Amino acid sequence: MSQVLHTPPPAPARAEGDLAALAARHGLSVSGARPTLTQYVRQLWARRHFITAFATAKLTAQYSQAKLGQVWQVATPLLNAAVYYFIFGVLLGTKHGVADYIPFLVTGVFVWTFTQSSIMAGTRAISGNLGLVRALHFPRAALPISFALQQLQQLLFSMAALVFILFLCGVPIGLSWALTVPTLVLQFVFNAGISMVMARMGAKTPDLAQLMPFILRTWMYVSGVMFSIDKTLKNTTLPHWAQTLLEANPAAVYIDLMRFALIDSFKAHQLPHHVWAYAVGWALLAGVGGFVYFWKAEERYGRG
Amino acid sequence: MAEQSTEKIPTVVADQVDIVYRVHGTGAGRGSATAALNRILRPGRAEKAAGVRRVHAVKKVSFVAYKGEAIGLIGTNGSGKSTLLKAVAGLLPVESGKIYTDGQPSLLGVNAALMNDLTGERNVHLGGLAMGMSREQIRERYQDIVDFSGINEKGDFITLPMRTYSSGMAARLRFSIAAAKDHDVLLIDEALATGDRKFQVRSEERIRELRGQAGTVFLVSHNNNSIRDTCERVLWLERGELRMDGPTEEVLKAYETFTKS
Repeated sequence: MSQVLHTPPPAPARAEGDLAALAARHGLSVSGARPTLTQYVRQLWARRHFITAFATAKLTAQYSQAKLGQVWQVATPLLNAAVYYFIFGVLLGTKHGVADYIPFLVTGVFVWTFTQSSIMAGTRAISGNLGLVRALHFPRAALPISFALQQLQQLLFSMAALVFILFLCGVPIGLSWALTVPTLVLQFVFNAGISMVMARMGAKTPDLAQLMPFILRTWMYVSGVMFSIDKTLKNTTLPHWAQTLLEANPAAVYIDLMRFALIDSFKAHQLPHHVWAYAVGWALLAGVGGFVYFWKAEERYGRG
Repeated sequence: MAEQSTEKIPTVVADQVDIVYRVHGTGAGRGSATAALNRILRPGRAEKAAGVRRVHAVKKVSFVAYKGEAIGLIGTNGSGKSTLLKAVAGLLPVESGKIYTDGQPSLLGVNAALMNDLTGERNVHLGGLAMGMSREQIRERYQDIVDFSGINEKGDFITLPMRTYSSGMAARLRFSIAAAKDHDVLLIDEALATGDRKFQVRSEERIRELRGQAGTVFLVSHNNNSIRDTCERVLWLERGELRMDGPTEEVLKAYETFTKS
């Protein structure tokens, strides 16, 4: 197939400066440039309804083909808890000297799942939604934040199941339950921040999505989901720095705070030292740091 | 072209634009794992050795689009039309050259934001929000969008999940959502190819309306008739090069002779 150019390109061969000058004269801007940080925050705020609508839509779409529909939102965490009860409570009978072990375990699992699935969803937030990123303009941070929000909504359903389990186990309602709100807010900010970091890295190297489950599983085992860090540290020979590291672990901090808030027999002395300082510090560090880190590559997402 | 005398207002200026795609994982079967490792360890270096292929999709294209124009983009498959549109929208980076735009051109495509498992109604809201419309705007235009799409002409389909729609119905709803927003510069990629004749006529009307609102419309299509009906200027891309730029009839005639040979 020979495609000879019969007609020379008739587009007048203008000097390069000519077109740039024309654009400048009419105040045109270069397409696809990165906004400043304040502009970016403003754009993101303008899209807040999209962020919430997208999160809710994702959540409802999840079970829309199932016959029981949205019942699964609560049924899934309940079944999860039942499996853990069966394995740790009935089969192994492990309590690790923890009072109210089942509420302790289930709270840990649910709170950990929130962080874990936020990070997993964040890793794929850009690389798994390239179609959306390549078709529409919106601040890309809307995606990881929206996925973290979806996981928060998911956790709220799990919390409903958790309250039911707490009743079954005879844990009384207390004033300390109000502490769940600041804990959830802080954990959400932390998760969203880490999601944004992972979203940027995952956008460049999608292979991370294969690697993350292993990293996350390791993280889970050191976060005291199935055991009490407090009890373990009391009779241990771990060097001091390792103990500090275990106590400062953000996942452990949020899990223990939630247990403290919900479970009557989980006392304040079981919490690590400076626990609220850690909780706020981690949230700020991850939230602000993650946001800035994500914004730095804003103009490169979905390209090449 | 007597553009200097009247000084029309430009909305899109493309200045010597080159676009290059890099495709990973095209290395020959042997040693592709090491090639991948190479790529991760030494980004930027030895692209060819690392199994990255460069596809030069658009070559040195320059044009100026003015307010109130509807411009058709034609060319055989793989000639770089869609790529050029995405670059104008700011969704693809240019390798060299510059694209200047007035405001933010938008690609007519909300497909990616819509979810098949949700009802048409919720998708109208979701799609509108994704395009940056406010909740009030969506509420205001909701009825227009539904009426325009004609989804409810054959019963109450808008409250059914989108996965139950026929492909034509889904395409009509998508176009209706996308066209509900007022755009300064609107880029349309083959959107009119779907839907029945009645809907096509309605879409063309809507495009003329958008142009009337002082916008510029770019239309990629393989349907020469729909180009004739909506555009007065046509850019012909072939193998990434701008082969012709001129009045619709003139360019289409040359293109038709070209495709017949």
